[in-house]
Amino acid sequence: MNNRIKIVLVIITFAGGWILGSNNNTAPVITSSMGGASYAGGYQADQQQAEGAVALRTEQGQVHVVNDGDSIQAAVEAAQPGDTIQVMPGTYSETVYIDKDDIHLLGVIQGGARATMDGLSKLNDAILYSGNNIVIENFRITKYKGNGIMGQAGNNFEIRNNVIVDTGIYGIFPQLGTNGLVEHNVVSGIEDAAIYIGMSDNIHVAYNEVFDSVAGIEIENSRHAVVENNNAHNNTGGILAFVTPGLPIKTTYDVIIRNNFVLDNNTPNFGAPGSIVSGIPAGTGILVMAADDVIIEGNIISGNKTAGIIVNDHSFATTITMDVESDPNSDRTMILDNVMLNNGYDTIAEVKAVALTELHTGLVDIVHVGPSEGSCIINRHRYRTVGIGDYADCDFTNTDSIDNYLVAGGAERRVIHPSERGEIAYLGVCTGCHSYTGRLIGPSVEVIQAMYAGNPEGLVAYINAPVKVRDNFPPMPAQNYLDAETQMAVAEYMLALEK
Amino acid sequence: MMIGPSRQSDRKAKVLFGLWAVLLISPYAWASGFSLNDQCPPSFALDSNNQCQLRNLYQFYNSLQDQGLGGLKTALPNHRDGFSPQQIDLGRLLFFDPVLSGNKDLSCANCHNPALGFSDGMARSVGASGQVHSRSAPTLWNSAFLKSLLWDARANNLEQQALGPLFSEIEMGNNPEQLLANLNQVEAYPGLFAQAFPSSEDALVIANITTALAAFQSSLISLNSPYDRYAHGDSKALNPDQLEGLNVFRSFVARCSQCHTPPLFTNQQVAVIGTPEPEGMARDIGAQATFGAERLRGGFKVPTLRNIALTAPYMHSGRFATLREATEFYTKGRGHAVPEGEELLLHWHISEPNLTATELDRLVDFMGALSDESFMPKIPEQVPSGLLH
Repeated sequence: MNNRIKIVLVIITFAGGWILGSNNNTAPVITSSMGGASYAGGYQADQQQAEGAVALRTEQGQVHVVNDGDSIQAAVEAAQPGDTIQVMPGTYSETVYIDKDDIHLLGVIQGGARATMDGLSKLNDAILYSGNNIVIENFRITKYKGNGIMGQAGNNFEIRNNVIVDTGIYGIFPQLGTNGLVEHNVVSGIEDAAIYIGMSDNIHVAYNEVFDSVAGIEIENSRHAVVENNNAHNNTGGILAFVTPGLPIKTTYDVIIRNNFVLDNNTPNFGAPGSIVSGIPAGTGILVMAADDVIIEGNIISGNKTAGIIVNDHSFATTITMDVESDPNSDRTMILDNVMLNNGYDTIAEVKAVALTELHTGLVDIVHVGPSEGSCIINRHRYRTVGIGDYADCDFTNTDSIDNYLVAGGAERRVIHPSERGEIAYLGVCTGCHSYTGRLIGPSVEVIQAMYAGNPEGLVAYINAPVKVRDNFPPMPAQNYLDAETQMAVAEYMLALEK
Repeated sequence: MMIGPSRQSDRKAKVLFGLWAVLLISPYAWASGFSLNDQCPPSFALDSNNQCQLRNLYQFYNSLQDQGLGGLKTALPNHRDGFSPQQIDLGRLLFFDPVLSGNKDLSCANCHNPALGFSDGMARSVGASGQVHSRSAPTLWNSAFLKSLLWDARANNLEQQALGPLFSEIEMGNNPEQLLANLNQVEAYPGLFAQAFPSSEDALVIANITTALAAFQSSLISLNSPYDRYAHGDSKALNPDQLEGLNVFRSFVARCSQCHTPPLFTNQQVAVIGTPEPEGMARDIGAQATFGAERLRGGFKVPTLRNIALTAPYMHSGRFATLREATEFYTKGRGHAVPEGEELLLHWHISEPNLTATELDRLVDFMGALSDESFMPKIPEQVPSGLLH
């Protein structure tokens, strides 16, 4: 913030504090959060609220059992969508990647012994997945350099009951996915965020214990997330809702942070230089930065030395990039009833400076820096606050109407009509070598039609495993990466083509 | 049976009218032996409005917030299409025609050579009069998917981009008046423009030149690499080295995919990574100039890695001769090549991943699996000006 703005701010907030201060003798209005209006905004699904993120299977596929000494990846490669992989207790040092749909990867816990993935401080990530409908449960993961569990664009995922200890950058990091549940995990000793929801939608993070990490739980550039019933303790920062500028998905909004323990997050910051979290002051309970429509409700926030709740904008963070497409302000922060004890007992100079403008000294439960359009709070008199003079009184007291933001029935899939499917595959792939009339690289469609008239099955068989037919033509590459439906659609499309 | 014959005669009349119309509006084109293709290039469907619509296998999928970013089975970003076959074909002729430059010596294809991945194999490109540019020529493959163009992201669409090189003193060195005069002097062009832009009264104008160039560039589609076959479902499409490379690429140690995000292999953002400039060249401030933001000093648009193996040398000023060297840059330490006294706000993913030599090799192997030239356009044997040599 440049100096001139700072001075103006000091004057304005000083005046505001003086006016408010003069009204301080009246008894506060106590708003009961038992009953009363519930939050009416947020994600509006037409359907009923979902039970989980991955639909229950109506029929079970094969079960693949992996014993100590075997390769988990070999089982993943052998598995078909619908299958379950059970990994017996033992130690597995490998990177497992799941590039197919509907795989349940389950560790087996016997007498407390878990299937342990050990990266030996030299492997990159433990589990990567890109498929949809993936379940990962019951592993112990340690000593990887990158992430424990990382999703790249898989939709409908459940990551639960894993113990992730001392593992690289992120413990659990689903990215670019829709509809996911992260619950009952114990994650510690992580250099960035123990649980990091990055650029994702419709996420539920519940009943996790996250500690001894730089960030406990981070919701970044994501929408429609509920973070509830977690225990975030002894991190540098407990629970964060962020917009990081410079990422291709620009917003975070509609986040409910409720009923969590956010305790003693005073661990010195050990984030990598240049990382976004390296700028988080030790002693941060909950941090909202440039995220909109964040509701903070029912948490026990205690012993965080910088502040219990910090709400700020991008100008507060000097180490992050400039992005004209991302809105720097935290709009519509909504603070409902929380239990806040002993926060801000050893706060940072920046917070002290803002506090001073309101003649506030001592503990700080809540501090808001920067514009706060549309923000509100109930029972503000309970807390030691700085910078929330323009917060209105919320016209609701709870979020009881919202169980979760998961998508009943799973993330939407693209529906492609068979005729459209054939055209897409023909134009998208085949036209590189085949034109309707005349030779391009392979024979013309007319020639193919003459050979396979009325026989799309024959054409499907050929494109799956082509054999060289003509001496002066190059061999055709197999098109077996197309699924059966697409193969039949493209065969029928080609045989019906008229020009 | 009345319907059949009447339809047939209708069609005949249309054909006759069409021929007559072509002869009438483009006598030069007809006489000079140049006419424009009335079919779309491969990968495009011709719709009833005579517009070419892109089709590709990624249209089977969705993406988060429709942004075209994700993993294997993820839709691509929004793209430009809807140009007519004639506009695309006129763009192709213009693209290869040196008459576009001030001294009639340099065509678009000199710096965006199809044989070199639509780049030029040089660290920094050379303009019509031999001036060395400060930046490297980027590939044009898949530029239909880009929201902003040029290294410093200062053009918002292909048409706007085309104006840059045409009228830059150090690139093609032309100006609007001379460009129009020169094109009008070529026998075929007025007729070809009339054919491609039938509703324009005066078809040979700057806006139509850039539209045609945009039309051609947006037809350069490369989405059928071995990687793509893997993504769509053939687990054997990548060899073991390439597969190992993919896992390094998307790991959170190397973090390549955090910015070179599939399926386009760019997240289209500006990143400050601090590559060294060539000896003796001052720091290129890049996107700082575009956005007037000091925090973006030395920032450039993340380039796509599709067909990257074809476009050495690498980085905005071509400092790295090979893909291996360019890859190694990322593991030599955050800011290792930033000179003392230079203040750059480096991207957070520029870290110290300590990749092994084998991992670097595998990354290079994987990037080699992103090559596909199956939709290579036809290179004209001669262009309307006759200047192709």
